[in-house]
Amino acid sequence: MASLVGSRVERKEDTRFLQGKGRYTADINIANQTYAVFVRSPHARAKIKSVDTSKALKSSGVVGVLTGKEIAEDKIGGLIAGWAIRSEDGSEMKVPANPPLAKDIANFVGEPVAVVFAETLDEAKEGAEKVKVDYKVLKAVVDPAEAMKSDAIHDGVDKNLCYDWLLGDRKAVDEAFAKADKIIKVDLINNRLVPNAMEPRACVVDYNTASEEITLYTTSQNPHLSRLVMSAFGGVAPENKLRVVAPDVGGGFGSKINVYNEEIVCSWASKKIERPIKWVAERTESFLTDTHGRDHVTHAELAVTNDGKFLGFKNETIANLGAYARVFGTVTPTYLFGPCATGVYVIPAAYSNVKAVYTNTAPVDAYRGAGRPEATYTIERLVEKAALELGMDKTEIRMKNFPTQFPFKQTLVHTVDSGDYVAGLEKAKQMADYSGFEARRKQSEANGKLRGIGVSSYFEACGIAPSAAVMSLGCGVGLWESAEVRFNPTGQISVFTGAHSHGQSHDTTFAQIAADELGVPMENIDVVHGDTDKGTFGMGTYGSRSLTVGGIAIVNACKKIVAKGKRVAAKMLEVNEDEIEFKDGEFVALKSNKKKTIGEVAFACYLPGQRDEMKSPIPEGDEPGLIESSFFDPANFSFPAGSHICEVEIDPDTGNVKVEKYTAVDDFGRIVNPMIVEGQVHGGIAQGIGQALHENTQYDETGQLMTASYMDYTMPRADNFPEFNLGFTCTHATSNPLGVKGCGEAGAIASPPTVMNAVIDALGGQEISMPATAEKVWKACKTMKKSNAKAA
Amino acid sequence: MTKVTLEVNGKKVSKEVPDHTLLSVFLRDNLNLTGTHVGCDTSQCGACVVHVNGKSIKSCSTLATDVEGSKVTTIEGLAKNGKLHPMQAAFKKTHGLQCGYCTPGMVMSAVDLLQTKKNPSDQEIREWLEGNICRCTGYQNIVAAVKEAATKM
Repeated sequence: MASLVGSRVERKEDTRFLQGKGRYTADINIANQTYAVFVRSPHARAKIKSVDTSKALKSSGVVGVLTGKEIAEDKIGGLIAGWAIRSEDGSEMKVPANPPLAKDIANFVGEPVAVVFAETLDEAKEGAEKVKVDYKVLKAVVDPAEAMKSDAIHDGVDKNLCYDWLLGDRKAVDEAFAKADKIIKVDLINNRLVPNAMEPRACVVDYNTASEEITLYTTSQNPHLSRLVMSAFGGVAPENKLRVVAPDVGGGFGSKINVYNEEIVCSWASKKIERPIKWVAERTESFLTDTHGRDHVTHAELAVTNDGKFLGFKNETIANLGAYARVFGTVTPTYLFGPCATGVYVIPAAYSNVKAVYTNTAPVDAYRGAGRPEATYTIERLVEKAALELGMDKTEIRMKNFPTQFPFKQTLVHTVDSGDYVAGLEKAKQMADYSGFEARRKQSEANGKLRGIGVSSYFEACGIAPSAAVMSLGCGVGLWESAEVRFNPTGQISVFTGAHSHGQSHDTTFAQIAADELGVPMENIDVVHGDTDKGTFGMGTYGSRSLTVGGIAIVNACKKIVAKGKRVAAKMLEVNEDEIEFKDGEFVALKSNKKKTIGEVAFACYLPGQRDEMKSPIPEGDEPGLIESSFFDPANFSFPAGSHICEVEIDPDTGNVKVEKYTAVDDFGRIVNPMIVEGQVHGGIAQGIGQALHENTQYDETGQLMTASYMDYTMPRADNFPEFNLGFTCTHATSNPLGVKGCGEAGAIASPPTVMNAVIDALGGQEISMPATAEKVWKACKTMKKSNAKAA
Repeated sequence: MTKVTLEVNGKKVSKEVPDHTLLSVFLRDNLNLTGTHVGCDTSQCGACVVHVNGKSIKSCSTLATDVEGSKVTTIEGLAKNGKLHPMQAAFKKTHGLQCGYCTPGMVMSAVDLLQTKKNPSDQEIREWLEGNICRCTGYQNIVAAVKEAATKM
């Protein structure tokens, strides 16, 4: 039987999505439901003096109005920061309370203060208009670099500093820098982005007054984690009385990891008003309250020798957490960022220092790549600048500092098990026709255009997160994944996974894996996810972990099925277990060549009698049924890596940047479905180009979000991109039996520096910040013209 | 309240709705045709694209009363007799969708493109789809899907 792993299998989920049969949260309606509309703070920082709900309560159709006072009285807990980070001085991070409804103070525009439930959406909106909140407006803290000098937003959080974290050895770095021929320096802003999953967040809550069970349908990347947080920290209901269902979810990119205020409030309120509740965010609510991404201010330095060897690296970053620390808010700018900031290079001495600050802006958390795009941007801008300042070729300087031996123990944290960085960059050069660039540059010049080429080599730590590794870093939480493989008596198979697909294609890839392991057609396999009442506990999908962690749990559960199947088949075929071979879905007795299919074995496991025979096929010590589960906790992260090359052409008259060519060569280890992997890379590159050229989240000095709709925030469109040229190299991961590494975030990690290096190359080395909008580039072109004229 | 009568996916429907009811709301809430999605409320993202009298329009910024008496086709009405429309089949073949949220609007918009122009170039496809935002695919496989469908339609 041909292996399905490695094949371009069409997706199982497409048939429903393409016919409008997807079932997203907003598509769900419950009889007798009410509609929720949240009253949100219009101020970035304001004391809440009073909330008057009397007029709203009398408004037509209004069923109830609840405020921060009631939720506090009911002792419903707030939102949490998931990872403990210690400062360099050993002190614990400072995390303020984040109540689901603000009671005394609102800390960002859009923070919910009250909620109105009504018979119709229009009535709920009208009711919300009538809630009168008396605010005392305070001066907002908006700029992260200024935050440490501003008023403290939260009591007990001096200088608005959550932590001042250090990874690495300052003394060793100083010594390395003292030996350097040259110090390369960059000052970078990693622009704040809004993840913008196309499906706005939503929740529908149904409270069963008989069983006292709450069912929450929600737009989540990790329904089990949502249930855990809402139960353990929110106190909304015990876990066995709270069912969280994340049905089809229209994209997440990190923004749907968090449990949000609205989910906690509606779940709590549904029990209070004894009615189902539906809430669907408008796009502007999503802009205001979805967790944002990136937002770093970085100064970094690279110590080099004249012949281009790297000696030392330092990175001083201010990370903006926004108003509150959320689930991955504190770990993203530290352990997901710092260790990756030395990139794919041998750098003997390094440190990363990160100061995470609170501001009166929306909370910042994981967004596709989470920390690793910021790390890659830092090192890859430095490396490119080093090549320019040393007069070296951009690829030569990289090759010179790549490790050639694996496992590669990095200076900071990671031991990279496998890779071949030289092969990746060589292949990218060849595919991009790197050597032909100068001719193309001259051609552009002849056409009055500026052409630039940029390179970036990256690696990332994926398969978030091996418990042993992260516990040793003091993170306090490890993230394994679970699977259950359930053979039904008639041979169909349900594969339950704790991962969640919101575009990642688990219905297909996980079925491919299980089909190969069990030797059955993938049509016989249903992948079940997203419902806490169906599967065992699971950690969800983010950090390129679904396949590398969740997929392996499926493999391991399948192996247990086969192991039990062997024992049963041996008894059925009346031979010893070691005389049975399992191949292509059949248990074969080697000597007699008699066989039982896995379906027959499954049937026997459930109906362990045979006609005219009293003997059971279940061996002594085994139980009936054919269901196995597995919890997989990898020994290490996985480390995808690659090199990307981009060419841009700038029109100096308009400042418009056109991405002319984009080549990506990635090593994801073994690839299960090349078609799906290519799609993941395309999407990641597009988001990264979006960051580099188009997207920016802009607050004004009072903390008003100026980019709160698609009229103001530039989402990349189809005509912003060329056709991407993809290639792959392959070294297998050693930390899992499939040899897979993860592919979901790579494009978004590698592409911002690749594009910016190309833009800056076209501008003759003149540095500009992301996004390189036409306006900025046009200005840079004018400066360039002036300095060229001076030089002439 | 106004009575709105339409022919939706070949079936005549008539509902009494508030005057300000958007076509997207009418389809989703009154007819339970939830394949038409709403992604932005400002007619930017195109998840809500349906056909009115054969032409693609954004249903989130069209009043139901304004299309009184029209023939409306939604994503649910595209497949015939259990067989995917060539555009749907092409999206499946080329992996032109991931999370599926923008897909209904994208497909409806792409069908109108091929009705308007038989064999569009890559650039023409990309420009036509400017009004449809996809956050997952980077558009590459969507362009491939439209080209694939062009050979079948």
